[in-house]
Amino acid sequence: MELLTPELGLFVWTLVAFLAVFFILRKFAWGPIMTALTERETGIAASIAAADRVRKEMSQMQSENEKLMMQAREESSAMLKEAKETRDRIVAEAKDLAKIEANKIIADAQLQIQQQKMAAITEVKNEIGKLAVDVAEKVLRTQLSTADAQNHYASLLAEEVKLN
Amino acid sequence: MGSRRFFSSLILTFALFSVSATSFAQHESSHEKDDMAPHNEDVAHGHGEKKKGFNASEVIFGHIGDSHYWHLFDLNDHPVSLSLPVIIYHPEKGMEFFSASRFEHGHASYNGYHLEHGMKEKIVSEDGAKIIDFSITKNVLSMLISVVLLLWIMTSVAKKYKKNGVMTAPTGFQNALEPVIGFIRDEVAKPNLGYKYMRYMPLLLTIFFFIWINNLLGLIPGGANFTGNIAVTGCLALISFLVMIFSGNKHFWGHLFNPPGVPLGVKFLLVPIEIISLFIKPVALMIRLFANILAGHIVILSVISMIFIFGALSEVAGWGFVPVSLAFSIFMFFLELLVAAIQAFIFTNLTAVFVGQAIEEAHHHDDAHAHHGEVRNEVTGQDYHVSKDEIVA
Repeated sequence: MELLTPELGLFVWTLVAFLAVFFILRKFAWGPIMTALTERETGIAASIAAADRVRKEMSQMQSENEKLMMQAREESSAMLKEAKETRDRIVAEAKDLAKIEANKIIADAQLQIQQQKMAAITEVKNEIGKLAVDVAEKVLRTQLSTADAQNHYASLLAEEVKLN
Repeated sequence: MGSRRFFSSLILTFALFSVSATSFAQHESSHEKDDMAPHNEDVAHGHGEKKKGFNASEVIFGHIGDSHYWHLFDLNDHPVSLSLPVIIYHPEKGMEFFSASRFEHGHASYNGYHLEHGMKEKIVSEDGAKIIDFSITKNVLSMLISVVLLLWIMTSVAKKYKKNGVMTAPTGFQNALEPVIGFIRDEVAKPNLGYKYMRYMPLLLTIFFFIWINNLLGLIPGGANFTGNIAVTGCLALISFLVMIFSGNKHFWGHLFNPPGVPLGVKFLLVPIEIISLFIKPVALMIRLFANILAGHIVILSVISMIFIFGALSEVAGWGFVPVSLAFSIFMFFLELLVAAIQAFIFTNLTAVFVGQAIEEAHHHDDAHAHHGEVRNEVTGQDYHVSKDEIVA
């Protein structure tokens, strides 16, 4: 049983030493260590939260970017389409205009050709008329060069003019 | 955790039932006759007779008991030891202060005192006065060494935090201590003490490291059996008991002396039981640590002693037993290393549990449940424990 009876001396020394250790360490070790640990943990938690927030923002931005990209793509394709349409329209309009112009030119040309043809024909007619008059003049001159012939022709004409 | 507890209980049962059953019983029976046991008388008589045979229980009890000498080894039948200072309070003569070497290992008396070797070494006043021995014994010196170590280690670690800043990675001893401190905080203080845990952290950390470092110092060959001494564990248990008593709130005392919702007749039965259980708590703390460490020391010493017991029978048997004994004692040393930490943890944890019971707030069920993440199903009345990703009914 002696093993189970505590010695007062050792008890007192233990009590004194333990309390001394407790008060010294509380002030100089546990206090600073615990505050340091707590500070670090809150720091780490804050950084993780910040990282999380940034990641969320990033993903939000990414989705926004994607949306923007999609919009831009849609816009560009719409613009392309519009441009194509415009081009087609312009080309078609130009074609129409050109056709009209060409037709007008052709019509003008035809008119001019017609006019010149008519002018040419008139001139030819005139020339032919003159030639014919000249020929007739020369024929008449030769036929009516003598006085007899002239008389004869005068009497012929006089015969025709019958006074009714 | 399960396996550790198993080991510590294994060693306890093994030690208490096999080893002490023999050596203890031997001692007690011899002591109960109120006479010096024969082998104890040998010690008093001197070395000549003693060396005839090997007395295991004398060696073992010599090691686990306290002493006014720090015995290192025997050289040519003479013990080589440090004589420690003796401080005695005599009710009439007052304080006395001298070296234990004056006793010449119990052969001489000095100033009216002499050293008595019972199962424990004891200073007795020859005039029969009840003296109080405040000597710096082996245990006290061992404790003072541990105190110096503790103060040095912990303050240097604390300095490191100040020097290196908070957000740098811990280095060296700081790195070794940080998980332990974190473990005490997260596994011991927070679950048992709730949001008030910061108030009790210094106490829990001091208890844990004080017990642990003393357990480890006790394992060094030639070391003292400090935490295996009932005065020490009693002192520590008293401290945790006082903390528990002084932090007890109205709710705690109310439930102790006037349990609500209990018929008056039952109260007469219940209150004494509650009061007894209040005092049993520190006693259990005291005996658990004491018995565990004492048992460990006894087992290791017994296993080593077996070499010499067999050696006394025949030299061949002694040498033949060396490998067996060594293997077993190495195993025991590793086990004791574990037990040193586990017992420190258990003492700390139970202190936290007891203090936690004392400071527990009155149950406002809804509040409490909301606090612990527990949800009550209004329809079925079933309690669910809701953690992050699972629901446990």
